Amino acid sequence: MAKRAFVDRRKCAYCGACVAVCNLLAAELIETFLEIKEDCNGCGICVKVCPMNALRVAEV
Amino acid sequence: MFDVVVVGAGPAGSMAAKTCAERGLKVLLIEKRQEIGTPVRCAEGISKKGLQRFVEIDRRWISAEVIGAKIYSPDGTEVTMAEEMAGNEVGFVLERKIFDRYLARLAAKAGAEVIVKTTFIGFERVGNALRVKLKRMGEDWEVETKLLIGADGVESRVGRIAGIIKTLKKSEIESCAQYLMSGLDIDENYTYFYLGNDLAPGGYAWIFPKGNGCANVGIGVLPSIAKANAKFYLDRFVEKLEIRGKIVELVSGAVPVYGEVATAVADNIMLAGDAAYHSDPITGGGIANALSAGYHAGIVASEAFEKKDFSANFLRRYDELWKADFGWKLRRNKRLQEFFLKLDDETLNSLARSIAGKNIREMSIEAIIAELIKKNPSIIELLKSFLSP
Ligand SMILES: Cc1cc2nc3c(=O)[nH]c(=O)nc-3n(C[C@H](O)[C@H](O)[C@H](O)COP(=O)(O)OP(=O)(O)OC[C@H]3O[C@@H](n4cnc5c(N)ncnc54)[C@H](O)[C@@H]3O)c2cc1C
Repeated sequence: MAKRAFVDRRKCAYCGACVAVCNLLAAELIETFLEIKEDCNGCGICVKVCPMNALRVAEV
Repeated sequence: MFDVVVVGAGPAGSMAAKTCAERGLKVLLIEKRQEIGTPVRCAEGISKKGLQRFVEIDRRWISAEVIGAKIYSPDGTEVTMAEEMAGNEVGFVLERKIFDRYLARLAAKAGAEVIVKTTFIGFERVGNALRVKLKRMGEDWEVETKLLIGADGVESRVGRIAGIIKTLKKSEIESCAQYLMSGLDIDENYTYFYLGNDLAPGGYAWIFPKGNGCANVGIGVLPSIAKANAKFYLDRFVEKLEIRGKIVELVSGAVPVYGEVATAVADNIMLAGDAAYHSDPITGGGIANALSAGYHAGIVASEAFEKKDFSANFLRRYDELWKADFGWKLRRNKRLQEFFLKLDDETLNSLARSIAGKNIREMSIEAIIAELIKKNPSIIELLKSFLSP
């Protein structure tokens, strides 16, 4: 099964920490809106780096 | 056709754009946010020297002035440092919402075109120039330029697309959370730093006063060793220290603790500030270095136009400048950070006890280290690796 990162927008404080560590450049911050693109392979590094615990990896 | 396109209107980008414009270059400064300077991603501490080198102090963006720093080891042992000893992050506490806008206005006043809500997407090479792809309020926009300065902060898209730098690993970034709190009863003459492997794994907690009983109360942790997210550690810190104030703002963010990159340039491209991982690996402070890097990038940009040479080879002059200014310190402090990561709480307490109560204003770094070694002979081996050049 393929995995992907998902964001809880009610927790996300749109700081871009996840963008900084995403090697695939799959996370993009558009003002307060975090977009996670299809390219995400669910590696989960963003989950670990997110200060707000707003990300999780799940199967798609 | 622009001479220089600068991506990101933080301290690095605005300083670069201002410096280029002052030297007669045609500059475009783009910022993806609609409001420069917000949301804030910073504890706002800076040394007076780090600031005064590049801007004239304006009280409108100074929140508070401090005379020193108090550092607490895990068991609460207090070490007081006078401002000139405490490094780059003590002296002023800024109001970055106003400061960042002020710098962008200086760039505009110098002649730079400033455009917000415009995102850098990518670039392609056309002859001796670049075609830069932007998204401006949702519309595609392409501009040509001779030079591109990536000052896009920790997200650092320019540098990664250009292949100048590698994506940060989770041991190379501090994950941070902070509250702006009001109604605090603290001595506002100091900034406060709290150490401890359990309290803030791979980082530290801070309280930076902003005047009128307000302060930035925050924490940074290293995700490679932290067991939970930064906000969890922040809430625990506030509870443990019984910091009773009202939370009036939440800040979340990340700062590179990479050390010194080999190069911050490619053909036609320079990186400045957090985009080049210019923040300090020990303190996480990056404003002063961002200002310096932006300034030097601007100087080298104008030299490149004089010589009509935009090659990486020529732009390495910029590497020389920022490395001589603060790069050596990033390299040293990366090693110091690795040294600190090896210390358990017991050793931190013992180190703090051996210098607590001493007048650090009158002690040189060398004297402090000598004192530490005298009282803690076991750290000699660890220190050696850090002190050797
Ligand atoms: C919680 C926290 C506390 C800190 N505390 C301190 C401190 O006390 N003292 C200190 O000196 N430093 C501190 N720092 C570090 C400091 O905030 C940074 O080093 C500093 O802001 C770096 O400046 P910069 O100009 O390089 O980048 P930034 O200030 O991050 O500016 C980058 C700009 O680029 C824009 N941008 C990004 N991508 C794009 C794109 N694709 N297109 C267009 N624009 C883009 C962003 O929106 C942003 O406005 C702290 C950091 C954090 C996270």
